[in-house]
Amino acid sequence: MKVTRETVTGWMQAAPLTVVLLGFLVAPIITIVIVSFWQATEFSIIPAFSLENYEFLFGSPVTYKVFAATFKYAFLTWAMTLAIGFTVAYYLAFHIRSQTMQIALFLLCTIPFWTSNIIRMISWIPFLGRNGIANQTLISWGVIDQPLEWLLYSDFSVILAFVHLYTLFMVVPIFNTMMRIDRNLIEAARDNGASGFQTLVHVIIPLTKPGIMIGTIFVLTLVMGDFITVRFMSGSQRANVGRLISNDIALLQYPSAAATAVVLLCTVLIVIGILLRFVNIRKEL
Amino acid sequence: MEKRPRSFYVLTVIFALFVLFLYGPTITIGILSFQGPEGGLTFPMRGVSLNWFHELFQQQAVGDIWGAFRRSFMLGLMVMVTTVVVSVMAGLAFRKKFPGSGILFYLTIASLVIPSILISLGVGLIFNQLGLKVHWATSGFGSQLTWTLPFGLLIMFAVFNRFDKSFEEAARDQGASAWQTIRFVVLPIIAPSLIGVALFGFTLSYDEFARTLLTAGSYNTLPLEIFGMTTNVTTPVVYALGTLTTAFSLLIIGAFLIAAWIMARRRARLGSDAGKGV
Repeated sequence: MKVTRETVTGWMQAAPLTVVLLGFLVAPIITIVIVSFWQATEFSIIPAFSLENYEFLFGSPVTYKVFAATFKYAFLTWAMTLAIGFTVAYYLAFHIRSQTMQIALFLLCTIPFWTSNIIRMISWIPFLGRNGIANQTLISWGVIDQPLEWLLYSDFSVILAFVHLYTLFMVVPIFNTMMRIDRNLIEAARDNGASGFQTLVHVIIPLTKPGIMIGTIFVLTLVMGDFITVRFMSGSQRANVGRLISNDIALLQYPSAAATAVVLLCTVLIVIGILLRFVNIRKEL
Repeated sequence: MEKRPRSFYVLTVIFALFVLFLYGPTITIGILSFQGPEGGLTFPMRGVSLNWFHELFQQQAVGDIWGAFRRSFMLGLMVMVTTVVVSVMAGLAFRKKFPGSGILFYLTIASLVIPSILISLGVGLIFNQLGLKVHWATSGFGSQLTWTLPFGLLIMFAVFNRFDKSFEEAARDQGASAWQTIRFVVLPIIAPSLIGVALFGFTLSYDEFARTLLTAGSYNTLPLEIFGMTTNVTTPVVYALGTLTTAFSLLIIGAFLIAAWIMARRRARLGSDAGKGV
């Protein structure tokens, strides 16, 4: 390989990014993998090789239950964010005709994204609580006699919060790919007698696939790694893998947390690996 | 203009509901933060007052909100500047293929999708093992960069994909050096897009919770402080804080949008000096 001046310039320009990623992404992951094989007592961690953490992890029925819950949250959130995100992006891309209006409505959707996640989570509490707006409204309409208990601190509220937080991650990439679809294709479909629905299924959805995949990767990884939403919105009554890790951290059980983290990492990477078979990210940029 | 199909109206209603869904809860806590002194966390309102905002300013009532705010603001600025500089440099690098660019690209994407808590845990462990003290300006700063840099780089990709290379060629033909071309041609052209990168950098950092959880050390950033409050404060003072931070975020976005607008206007005014005898 010939090292040219251009190559050296490229390396120098990429150096700061490389340094940050090596120091704060690669090194931490390696550390987690190493520590996951260490032992721990109540007071300290011992750097001695052992499979104890993994044996405990895979031997415990809790692990499987928690992983199942994690997948359940991820799948349900994905399905909801995809349905809503696709519809919203479709509306903005194909039904709004002026570009100014498109940008304005798009900004309208992104503004809530800039405010604190935790604040957005707690703002559901006055809505869903026992005496919350939802219950009071339903009671005053005579739909129910007693407040619904499952609105808050349940799987329902967890998934609701996820959808609230992450739908935008679906809207943006889908909208982005939709905007790049050649409008002539849609006209051609119509000229050839396709109905609106046929155009959607045979033209728009296939061409939007890369956006859907990128949005899916975002939503799945965010939900699978989450620990704070689940803790908040379930009132600490539900668990996912993220919470398992954060609980271990709170108890200073770092090796055990690290082992769970490694398993989570592998799971996430496998999921992404499968999704990447459907899309070439680099080509989409 | 052709007639709107019926699906348009159905979708308009869905879109309106979506916007309501996005804004509804935030507006609710906005209203509830003006709850009277006797009122609680839910409706009905018992009077209207500024009591809970007032409470927020009392040092002893809650934690060190103002210290946390100052730290988050400083950290946000640090992350913002670093993100802009590093993303532009990396963006320039990625315009040409260089050995290792593929690996670096996938590392960047990995940085975006790896669960935040793993970064937090890993960085915390490294500092622990090396006997270093975690601090928001060191370990916290680095951890946040793993989240903001990928976003910055992706925006730079979008920017450079639309960049007209003939401007650079023209500069080179006039005898500009590589550095002069970047300094006087490329940077001024991409400057407005950098506001987007800066906005992302600042707000992502300002709001980051998971990556700072184990890396901020003994001095909390604002999200950590808010988190602490929500678990042990049971008065609308939490909502008052929520309203204030939301208002602050809107202020920041507004400032960035105005800056972008001013830059676009200046560019429109000064952009072309062709034939003006300059």
